[in-house]
Amino acid sequence: MERYWKKNLQTLGILLFIWFIVSFGFGILWVEELNTIRIGGFKLGFWFAQQGAIYTFVVLIFIYVIRMNKLDKEFNVNED
Amino acid sequence: MDLLTWTYLLVGLSFALYIGIAIWSRASSTEEFYVAGGGVSPLANGLATAADWMSAASFMSMAGQISFSGYDGSVYLMGWTGGYVLLALLLAPYLRKFGKFTVPDFVGDRYYSNKARVVAVICALFISFTYIAGQMRGVGIVFSRYLELPIEWGVVIGMAIVFFYAVLGGMKGITYTQVAQYCVLIFAYMVPAIFISIQLTGNPIPQLGLGGEIAEGVPLLDKLDGVLGDLGFGAYTSGKKSIPDLFMITLALMVGTAGLPHVIVRFFTVPKVKDARLSAGYALVFIAILYTTAPAVAAFGIYNTIQSTSEKSITDLPAWVQNWQQTNLIQIEDKNGDGKVQYLPNPNTNELRMDKDIMVLASPEIAELPNWVVGLVAAGAMAAALSTAAGLLLVISTSISRDLFKTFRPNISDKKELRIARLAAAGAVLLAGYFGINPPGFVAEVVAFAFGLAAASFFPVILLGIFSTRVNHEGAIGGMLTGLIFTISYISYFKFMSPELNTAEHWWWGISPEGIGSLGMALNFLVCFGVSWLTPPPPKKVQQLIQEIRIPKGAGQASDH
Repeated sequence: MERYWKKNLQTLGILLFIWFIVSFGFGILWVEELNTIRIGGFKLGFWFAQQGAIYTFVVLIFIYVIRMNKLDKEFNVNED
Repeated sequence: MDLLTWTYLLVGLSFALYIGIAIWSRASSTEEFYVAGGGVSPLANGLATAADWMSAASFMSMAGQISFSGYDGSVYLMGWTGGYVLLALLLAPYLRKFGKFTVPDFVGDRYYSNKARVVAVICALFISFTYIAGQMRGVGIVFSRYLELPIEWGVVIGMAIVFFYAVLGGMKGITYTQVAQYCVLIFAYMVPAIFISIQLTGNPIPQLGLGGEIAEGVPLLDKLDGVLGDLGFGAYTSGKKSIPDLFMITLALMVGTAGLPHVIVRFFTVPKVKDARLSAGYALVFIAILYTTAPAVAAFGIYNTIQSTSEKSITDLPAWVQNWQQTNLIQIEDKNGDGKVQYLPNPNTNELRMDKDIMVLASPEIAELPNWVVGLVAAGAMAAALSTAAGLLLVISTSISRDLFKTFRPNISDKKELRIARLAAAGAVLLAGYFGINPPGFVAEVVAFAFGLAAASFFPVILLGIFSTRVNHEGAIGGMLTGLIFTISYISYFKFMSPELNTAEHWWWGISPEGIGSLGMALNFLVCFGVSWLTPPPPKKVQQLIQEIRIPKGAGQASDH
């Protein structure tokens, strides 16, 4: 069970790192730098702050769901 | 049909739907009342969570807030969605495995202390009451604007509806009405947004329209930067807030979201741990639909407003401006007597004042959509306010009947407990209604309070309760109280005691009261760790409980084990 928990923590670490980078990083800390890059009518930093971070959050949760379902089966701690 | 008839019809139909669902899903046991019997599908729970979470503020005020603050408004967009990542990854699955009914339940059991439980109940009640007063007020405002009823009557009707399905149906009734309310509110939000997006940018998807080009071939956001810059407001896509403040506000909103008891409790209603994870994902998808549309509505709204008012003759303004002038949401005063409207940053020369709610409420008229769309937006705003109010109401009634009554009188029968829960819900409706009619002067300020407190009190102790086996009740109580008292003091000082000092140079490290919950959370963590290390570790039984909630296997239905 310790290995299951460790793998879980690893997954959390990676996903939360991305969570931090897209919002606090791209959306706030480096927003000026990213704003020099343009995608269509958007400045990239502004896009991350008002759209991109939210899309990434959704993807992160679904990656977590898939990854944990797999891990549960692997360690035989799933519910069915 | 005229506007008023349409509004009455659509709002009336939506109310009839909610009441119908309430009768169909009446709760008959405490388990059904508290957690809908634990049998809600992940998809339904995702929809219900989205409606539960998105309040009158999300629906009516957020877009306008972004309109007037541009890039700075991003704190709400990221803050109120990023919290779901924390919720899904760090809290929801474990709390579901723990398998009881409330947040204080978890705090009380994990920290083997009724003192900790009572502190948690106080936090939950405080957060929920501050929040619900604003919702009731929101219902009243919608009624008065669209149905031309006095605000008091609006609040009373809203109370009656919530009373009916929350008191009767408990969590079961609330869950299925919230599913319906989500559908109503998202439809109402998207229809005007899509049409305005087509009119301005030719793109039917507002999220893309925001980055699209307006008729003259210039990207909308660049045009907006230019127009606002010329008026002296500063570019739309860059902000005025300092980076540390943006950082701390976003963090406080994220962590606060994850710590709100009425959101957490929704994850007790699904059958399995993996359903809890999945439904958090669904919830964020449904929330993201509105939250990624809001910045588009915001930019379209401010652009349209400036185009149709700035430097235009006062006698020649579009009909929607004149309509909303009657409700005082738009105020125009020709200060320099030139017969034209000047929209300027300086409050002494600015002639156009707008309430932030206008961007959503007037959107159907700005887009010249038929009257039924206006009625639809009214029904949507109502759905947003009612669904959140109901979720909060349940937390309040559960806290009283279960966390206080049942804890100290463990022998009461299920039937009696259910009666107490219903009575508590009824009492809470009345109290919330009272605050809706006589809002304490600080309703607008309490949002900062609710999030700050949730961030500073619940989040750290729940997180450490799951991820540390060493943290004990001395640490948890100390941490919660420190976070709570620190955050309350800081916000009260700047908001109520010395509001004249509420400027960046007086704030600690430039952190505004909206963002101080982050610091309160950090203090809570520190105290919780520190005190725990100086005192004995929790008993074996508790350590075993922690090991158990970490693995999904064996999650039964929520129950009193």
